[in-house]
Amino acid sequence: MIEVSNLHKDFGLKQVLRGVDLKINTGESLTIIGQSGCGKSVLLKHLVGLLEPDKGTVFVDGEAITGAPRKQVYQIRKKFGVLFQSAALFDSMTVEENVGLGLFEHTAMTPGERAKRVADCLEMVSLNGTQKLKPAELSGGMKKRVGLARAIALNPQYILYDEPTTGLDPITADSINDLIIHLNEELHVTTIVVTHDMVSAFKISDRIVMLHLGTVIFSGTPSETKSTSVEMVRRFIEGEAEDKSVVTHY
Amino acid sequence: MGRVIRESGAVVSRRHLFFRECVRLGIDSLPLVLIVGAFTGAVSGWQGHYQLEGYLPFDLIGPATFKAIVLELGPVLTALIIAGRVSASIAAELGSMKVTEQIDALESMAISSTRYLAVPRIAAMTFMMPILVAQANFVALMGAAFVLTMILNLTSTQFWGLIPNFFYIYDVFSGLLKAFFFGLSSSMIGCYIGFRTTGGAEGVGAATITAFVWSCLAILILDFLLAMMLF
Ligand SMILES: Nc1ncnc2c1ncn2[C@@H]1O[C@H](COP(=O)(O)OP(=O)(O)OP(=O)(O)O)[C@@H](O)[C@H]1O
Ligand SMILES: [Mg+2]
Repeated sequence: MIEVSNLHKDFGLKQVLRGVDLKINTGESLTIIGQSGCGKSVLLKHLVGLLEPDKGTVFVDGEAITGAPRKQVYQIRKKFGVLFQSAALFDSMTVEENVGLGLFEHTAMTPGERAKRVADCLEMVSLNGTQKLKPAELSGGMKKRVGLARAIALNPQYILYDEPTTGLDPITADSINDLIIHLNEELHVTTIVVTHDMVSAFKISDRIVMLHLGTVIFSGTPSETKSTSVEMVRRFIEGEAEDKSVVTHY
Repeated sequence: MGRVIRESGAVVSRRHLFFRECVRLGIDSLPLVLIVGAFTGAVSGWQGHYQLEGYLPFDLIGPATFKAIVLELGPVLTALIIAGRVSASIAAELGSMKVTEQIDALESMAISSTRYLAVPRIAAMTFMMPILVAQANFVALMGAAFVLTMILNLTSTQFWGLIPNFFYIYDVFSGLLKAFFFGLSSSMIGCYIGFRTTGGAEGVGAATITAFVWSCLAILILDFLLAMMLF
């Protein structure tokens, strides 16, 4: 279980998080939505201790990762797989080395076992056979999927997905949705997804929360989300920029 | 800094990274170092000849050039050239990893970026710098000998004759000790600045320049401090 309590984070004069409270139950599939720049990626980075908050705490299975000594932070991070918004592949390494790095560092696998696990992970994102390529030789969507393969390689308990389907065609996006569901339901991975893709959000999540102006303003199941009366959420789902009335002035 | 020392055991457990950096930062610098060495030697031979002409016997050119090279010119010029090449390249590489979230990715995988990225580079540079300087010294001496005997018509006994009398192992050693500290400081500056890079490609460019400037300054200042301590 992850518990975020009263999380605050500023960058200079810019207040990004202003008291986020959020509880993510073990086994849950949670989607975080919110406008671009509202701090979703910043929130994810706090969950694995990549950013230190100005105020507030993040507990992972009851242990505070915020302010913990480095050794303990690393122990907690081993429970996580993270897919970065930019994929963040190591560009000096091949696809195989990217996906296998965690296995190499944290397990006693033989090279053969490692190659097998890497191939399995790549198979899950339909990229088996790309082992020897460098990230620069991949398309944007392929990088995302290699990033996903890397995130799942060590069988983490928690997976954080920062916009897993952005930049993918609808068919590949749907296969990624299925993979996320599979990992969540079959392997009981607690899933936290940040996305703008509402089709994906409705399909994969048990619960959707919305981040706005630095706090969580809404939390509900997909069907509650569809029928909500909360103005911001409704506009977000329907893709409306402003109040309709503004348009009539033109 | 403290973390670098605490995690320096990684040199042994991550040997493959250390050796790769030795090749990339050290051995690949060798051609440049040899050219610098040869010309440094040549010019110090020539200048020595000009300055001594008419005042002192040419027999002293050999020892004078030798000392200038091993104590000062070899370590400092080599280090400045390498600092330019290596600290800037470390800063650029780590800086672009920082701005593209690769360092965050590494850290999120519970792999220490200090241990995995900084320690091998710093260790490799600290280890390779004295070796590079020793090679530069040798080539510089040959360069000086070439200029003096082939162009300025000294006999090789005039050049080499008195060197053994003035040869102190302490001089050579202290030159190499300087090189050790130059390698340590310029690679640490490269790593430090690389890890703190922000602001995209522009930030990486700025980090590269900053690393170069600071490591050159560090070398000149350290050179002075070490000179005061050693002699
Ligand atoms: N390291 C940083 N330094 C300074 N400002 C930052 C940093 N990281 C994020 N920000 C700022 O924090 C705000 C939130 O950024 P974040 O990346 O979390 O947005 P987001 O919700 O993920 O948006 P998107 O949907 O576009 O990815 C942005 O305004 C950004 O400028
Ligand atoms: Mg984001």
